[in-house]
Amino acid sequence: MPRIGVFVCQCGNNIESTVDTQKVADETKKLPGVVHTESYKFMCSSPGQESFKKAIKENKLDGIVVSACSPHMHEKTFRRAAEAAGLNPFQCEIANIREQCSWVHHDPTKKVGTAKTMDLTRMTIQRLKKNRDLTKITIPVTKRALVIGGGIAGIQAALDIADGGHEVVIVEKEPSIGGNMARLSETFPTMDCSQCILTPKMVEAELHDKISLYTYSEVEKVDGYIGNFSVTIKKKAKFVDESTCTGCGECWEKCPFKADSEFELGLSKRKVIYTPFPQAVPNIPVIDKTRCPKILKDKCGLCAKVCGPQSIDFTQEDQLVTEEFGAIVVATGYDLMPKSKFGEYGYGKITDVISGMQFERLASASGPTGGAIKRPSDGTEPKNIVFIQCAGSRDEKRGVSYCSKICCMYTAKHTMLYRHKVHDGQAYVFYMDIRSGGKRYEEFVRGAIEHDGAMYLRGRVSRVYEKDGKIIVQGADTLSGSQVEIEADMVVLATALVSRDSATTVAQTLGIGYDKDKFYNEYHPKLKPVETVTAGVFLAGTCVGPMDIPESVSQGSAVASKTLALFSSDKMAREPITADVNTQTCNACWDCLNACPYVAIDKTEVKDRKGNVVKMLATVNAGLCQGCGVCVCACRSKAIDLNGYTDEQVYAAIATF
Amino acid sequence: MKIPYYPGCTLNTVAKDFDTSAKESARAVGFEMEDLEQWNCCGASFPLTPDNIMGLSAPAKVLSGAKKAGDTLTTLCSVCYNVLKRTNKVMQDDKTRRKSVNEFMEDDYDGSLKIVHYLEVLRDDIGFAKLKETVTKPLEGIKAGAYYGCMLLRPFDDIGIDNAEAPTIMEDMLKALGATPVEFPDKIECCGAHLAMNNKEVVTRLSGNVIDSAVREGAEIIVTTCPLCQYNLESVQESVGATAAGVPIVYFTQLLGLALGQDIEQLGFDANGGAAKKYLKRKGLL
Amino acid sequence: MKIKLNKNDIDSALIQQIERMSGETIKRCYQCGNCSGGCPVSYAMDIPPTQVMRYLQLGMVEELMEANSMWVCVGCLQCFSRCPQSVSVANTLEGLRQLVLRKGVDHDRIEDIPLPMLKSAPQQAIVCGFRKFVS
Repeated sequence: MPRIGVFVCQCGNNIESTVDTQKVADETKKLPGVVHTESYKFMCSSPGQESFKKAIKENKLDGIVVSACSPHMHEKTFRRAAEAAGLNPFQCEIANIREQCSWVHHDPTKKVGTAKTMDLTRMTIQRLKKNRDLTKITIPVTKRALVIGGGIAGIQAALDIADGGHEVVIVEKEPSIGGNMARLSETFPTMDCSQCILTPKMVEAELHDKISLYTYSEVEKVDGYIGNFSVTIKKKAKFVDESTCTGCGECWEKCPFKADSEFELGLSKRKVIYTPFPQAVPNIPVIDKTRCPKILKDKCGLCAKVCGPQSIDFTQEDQLVTEEFGAIVVATGYDLMPKSKFGEYGYGKITDVISGMQFERLASASGPTGGAIKRPSDGTEPKNIVFIQCAGSRDEKRGVSYCSKICCMYTAKHTMLYRHKVHDGQAYVFYMDIRSGGKRYEEFVRGAIEHDGAMYLRGRVSRVYEKDGKIIVQGADTLSGSQVEIEADMVVLATALVSRDSATTVAQTLGIGYDKDKFYNEYHPKLKPVETVTAGVFLAGTCVGPMDIPESVSQGSAVASKTLALFSSDKMAREPITADVNTQTCNACWDCLNACPYVAIDKTEVKDRKGNVVKMLATVNAGLCQGCGVCVCACRSKAIDLNGYTDEQVYAAIATF
Repeated sequence: MKIPYYPGCTLNTVAKDFDTSAKESARAVGFEMEDLEQWNCCGASFPLTPDNIMGLSAPAKVLSGAKKAGDTLTTLCSVCYNVLKRTNKVMQDDKTRRKSVNEFMEDDYDGSLKIVHYLEVLRDDIGFAKLKETVTKPLEGIKAGAYYGCMLLRPFDDIGIDNAEAPTIMEDMLKALGATPVEFPDKIECCGAHLAMNNKEVVTRLSGNVIDSAVREGAEIIVTTCPLCQYNLESVQESVGATAAGVPIVYFTQLLGLALGQDIEQLGFDANGGAAKKYLKRKGLL
Repeated sequence: MKIKLNKNDIDSALIQQIERMSGETIKRCYQCGNCSGGCPVSYAMDIPPTQVMRYLQLGMVEELMEANSMWVCVGCLQCFSRCPQSVSVANTLEGLRQLVLRKGVDHDRIEDIPLPMLKSAPQQAIVCGFRKFVS
């Protein structure tokens, strides 16, 4: 006969107001196998737990039911207490009588709540009688981290993990790390030069003996599970030997062919052998194989002739490498909505209607104009400049429904930079709301208006078109209730921040979720903001949603702390709630294998003594299994059971009725 | 190829030139527009309030009658096109309203008709490349501003003939005819429409802006698809100033007919004090 | 102007009727101003499109009934075409017009229309005008 204890929590008044907990305790005491029951004000409090442990020992209990709040809240607490009192922690079960009972029933006579609590508790008692002792699974941990994306979030994560003493590989698809931040001129609200604060971190990452940079590379495939990922990375051919190249620049100086610079967003040209920008890290060029005449038709080859250390190698091919990692940090960043999306703003066909990011390049000292604000069409200085916020943001019909969060601030910054560079110019800003939540952000916007003379107009622009060499901006100022028309020389669109085109592919490779806008899902938006449902895969920066630099950096450090915690011991323990295959009844139909979303089921050969394969079996990789139970449902021969949630346990609970 | 055709009130009377030039041109490029045997006015405005079942019944009756003549119906007037196409969409998608309208008409129309504008027939069935081959008198040197107005384009989800912000269907046609299309910003703006009845000030301003915008960009003739746009643009010309006065405002089918070699006298270029004729003569096309 | 707000005005039967007739959800409008910016007749309206929606949100129907906005709106649908929230001010104003016309009150008298206009204008202008201005 089992010796079960039932502990009914009053949760102050949360439960007690609609459940007569003492009555529940008295009634359950009469059930077979139950030897001890009690009702208590706060079971989770220190005195509550002490009396819990004492009761276990004194009554020699071998199974516990705690009727209290959701197991999400305190299952861990009570299982730990039970373990401390000498029980197997999996012999302690929670009946949720708060979220699923007292909070949803409002009967002041407590009749309904008490009856339902009785049912829930009885079910759990019957279920508990079928529980088996389970032992936590321990898995070895490879103490090496992969960071996907070399923007500011990824760099920060890599530096913090490396400073914690572990090896890190940064995989970056561009020829240089730095990401979007490398494009920015100054940063709000401090007006530090973006490159001045970013490049030291880029160089630190390059020189760190624990960090390896795989630039011009992409993640192809991810196998394995937390602590034990096996990742295949494609290193695209650079046609330059990284071990000998000194980055002297002779090759790109002499290269006679040009293409639009991706980094400069089409505002200037780069060579066909190039580094994206002068402070590139690593300072090693790549050859654009789609445009190089030597590669395309075996003509030219000038770069190879002028290269001192003979680093150019036209025969190089893409290379696949497979490496082991214990944790993966996803920091793939964002894209901007293309201007071609905005019909009413000219579909991107009006040359002097530019994006905010293009304005950053114009304002940047290292940009195509050396920091002078000039019109792309004719190189003249714009005297009237209009900034249009929410271009694509907060626009369910043609753009995205969300607020891109950073545009209010960078637009204010743009007006300041503009005024600092064009003293006699006038900036106009069309806005819907000014969202300046952040330390010293509101003061910054006020500065743009009061000190730097930006004219803020509350309204959305209906149309932008060309007339007599001017750009006509037709909008409204809803505060005065009038239409506004401005003859502008240049228009800057604060285009919406959107997820990467490749976001879904990367998500599928990693087995993580994304939302309707293809931003990656956090495990919990408030309490687990950098974790994903796939253990060991973490998120940092704008791949999760719009955020500014301070937030991205914070997230970079946050994932580092998660990774370092994971790397703090050689083995990690995890809950033994995993699927188990009955080797006798499995008929190897592989339905489970197809159903498993975590690729946790393997085909295993069973051999006889001579080594001949006699049958095939499905086996569960406990490291990968997340205990979701899909395979249990898929299995036609009922050969799979879920530890902790066996059919036997579930039927016992149901049979209570 | 025979396509059932809904002329509408205005094309049967004031804008008869629009109707005849279109029919002649159709024959020249290889299709026949067949007047519906029986039809009524479409109501000249799509009822914007969805509860206005009465407003839907007139166009629905046209559609139901047309369905007996074939699966496709073509029109020329932008307003008729807009009203018929939107009504058809309601009859197709909205079960409740379809039921009410059918009960009212004592009919059973299901919205299965396909409503196409004459321009769509040219673009999608004939093809502008083919049209170009059929041209006998290329409109060389004709600088034409294509004016779309509202009803041919909006709302995009219901009409969808072309991009609502930057349509090109008429420009593409003009190119096929050998003319030089002139882009102008106000080509998608409103002419003032029915306010002609009681608000001359607004119509003068709106239509004036359209003409002004076209002339500024170098248009020497303005092409429309709507008798009301044509009327409004023409009637305000004198009051909008010297630059815009005397710019011929013609239907696209008139230039089409000219390029396809129709008799000039049949094309109705006499309107507008003969402005169109004078212009075409100056360009050596007459 | 000082507005006294109360729940009965904001959520009045009349507002609900306007929503029902026009098929528009007045709360959808987030007052960005795009419609007023693009409306070709905004300049001639006593209350421009964006404010029309605001007045309705505040339950101020009376002011709208006295304003010329509903009679000036030509129904070109530029407001709806560019509205990020897919609200049609044109439909809303037609709702207000219908509210008047369905009570049998004419905005224009047929006999006031000049005869030359009736003779020369395209029929569609007159039919459409009757539908918009005459009960």
